[in-house]
Amino acid sequence: MLRYILKRFTIMAVTLFIIVTLTFILMHSIPGSPFNQERGTNEAVQANLEEFYNLDEPLYVQYFIYLKAVATFDFGPSIKQPTATVNDLLGRGFPVSLELGLVSIIIAVISGILLGIIAALRHNEIIDYIAMTIAVLGISIPNFILATQLIQTFAVNLKILPAATWSSPMHMILPTIALATGPMAIIARLTRSTMLEVLTQDYIKMARAKGLSPAKIVFKHALRNALMPVVTILGTLLAGILTGTFVLEQIFAIPGMGKYFVESINTRDYPVIMGTTVFYSAFLIFMLFLVDIVYGLLDPRIKLHQKEVK
Amino acid sequence: MDKVLDVKNLHISFTTYGGEVKAVRGVTFHLNKGETLAIVGESGCGKSVTSSSIMGLIPSPPGKIVNGSIMYKGKDLTKATDKEMRKIRGVDISMIFQDPMTALNPTLTVGTQLVEGLKHHKTLSNNEARKQAIAMMHLVGIPNPEERMKQYPHQFSGGMRQRIVIAIALICEPELLIADEPTTALDVTIQAQILDLFGRIQEQLGVSIILITHDLGVVAKIADRIAVMYAGKIIETGTKREIFYHAQHPYTKGLLHSVPRLDLKEAKLIPIDGTPPDLFSPPIGCPFTARCPYAMEVCDKVYPTHSKISDSHHVECWLQDDRAKLVAGSTVTSK
Repeated sequence: MLRYILKRFTIMAVTLFIIVTLTFILMHSIPGSPFNQERGTNEAVQANLEEFYNLDEPLYVQYFIYLKAVATFDFGPSIKQPTATVNDLLGRGFPVSLELGLVSIIIAVISGILLGIIAALRHNEIIDYIAMTIAVLGISIPNFILATQLIQTFAVNLKILPAATWSSPMHMILPTIALATGPMAIIARLTRSTMLEVLTQDYIKMARAKGLSPAKIVFKHALRNALMPVVTILGTLLAGILTGTFVLEQIFAIPGMGKYFVESINTRDYPVIMGTTVFYSAFLIFMLFLVDIVYGLLDPRIKLHQKEVK
Repeated sequence: MDKVLDVKNLHISFTTYGGEVKAVRGVTFHLNKGETLAIVGESGCGKSVTSSSIMGLIPSPPGKIVNGSIMYKGKDLTKATDKEMRKIRGVDISMIFQDPMTALNPTLTVGTQLVEGLKHHKTLSNNEARKQAIAMMHLVGIPNPEERMKQYPHQFSGGMRQRIVIAIALICEPELLIADEPTTALDVTIQAQILDLFGRIQEQLGVSIILITHDLGVVAKIADRIAVMYAGKIIETGTKREIFYHAQHPYTKGLLHSVPRLDLKEAKLIPIDGTPPDLFSPPIGCPFTARCPYAMEVCDKVYPTHSKISDSHHVECWLQDDRAKLVAGSTVTSK
């Protein structure tokens, strides 16, 4: 197990290095610089600024400075918000984004699995059709459309929920619904189909032949097997939730990391781009690693560690 | 003799998009205490459906018991509620499935699956349940049961898995065991071992067995009595001897001729031509008419009456009618 984890961490480090390098190349291939938009700065001031942020150095030197920043996780001050360092921004934004993402994924997983189980157990009955209609709608409606529609209905017309910002549990309702619906729908459909397949398996018939109660059969024998594919796609869904937060944080004016990320790209705020990208990638890679561990725990046939050949 | 199970005039149908499939059409048989009854027949003749109905495991819908009764301990199982059936399944009547590779849950340890049924039906301490499970694993011939309890099904071979399946079925010491093609998925050497095991557990536990199979070799080895099924009906029943040496129904004879034999010089197999009838609209007369070499005019039109050859030997065939014997003479009984 330890060997496996070490191996995975090495691979993760390599992946992160590739991401970091690609980000650097992409970042500098976009035309423009952080100081382009500011009119009226005289050349001396601009040169001074560039020197301060090491932007006057040749690209390869900048690349090494950048690698050093990644390695020490010190990205320096933001260019556009000179009062804050990148780490300050991350420290402020990440808890908010994490809260939004975490609440959403928990809602998505629990409601998706429940919806899927109900649909499978009531296969081809009206409940099944209702659940799957919800699921298809959830998959086909993009979250930004759903978000604006939710704001229109619940904040503008009904005036029962706040339209934006992130200051109380009430404020969390609309963004998390908007963010969770898509993944929930995917999980519900997947759970339903795998559950239907599992329920026809011989070992379910065997469990019934033992005289077990339907609840025990579903939760002890069927669900664990039906959840394998769900755990597999959980990694992809996490990525989806993460990118979903970029958009939804913009719509709901939530002061999370996504907001800084999008802004930083628009304003070529190089240190912030670097910081957020590295942070997001590291986070996602680590979550995928956790998913693999969970997968191994759920299915005894999957061995995470290779047995040594003697 | 004590009857453990008495099935009378059982009719089971499945509703499909194409119409109603009459899978079992009036099956009557009984099982005595401690005996092994083999139900033989080709694929789709209704033997598995019959056995599932005894367990109350017919998927409903689309399946439905249309008519008939299944009497077990003075109780009609066709009228039992699902809750009542759950108290019978596993404790009084158990079932062994065909494919040991799929009959065990891959995500639970063998021990969990063994103990589960026991703890569900009886109030036992964990330790006591474990002890009984280990004893049962010993009985079915699994070496190192203490170690093996902690392992998962994928760590067992096919034959060992079938032993586990048998152990699970027997753990509550049921009175009746239904074995649905228990050796079909195993290779021959393992088959022989499993059949020996059946003999041994019957001796030790006194369990009555219904053996569903299409393999006459298996039947010859362990059955006491045989019921031959064709197109949803039992067309001939008798003791093992009566069926193997004095088969009366042309279909039973056909089955026996299709089995390879080493003791005869003429080793040629004679298959039964044709296919069983469509059970969407089963024939009014004898369903075997179209494939029967001795078919008479009456066979197609009226279902044959019940003929009693001996107390234990019953046939449903027009050739047994006194009038047919006048026409066909003695050529009928030997091909």
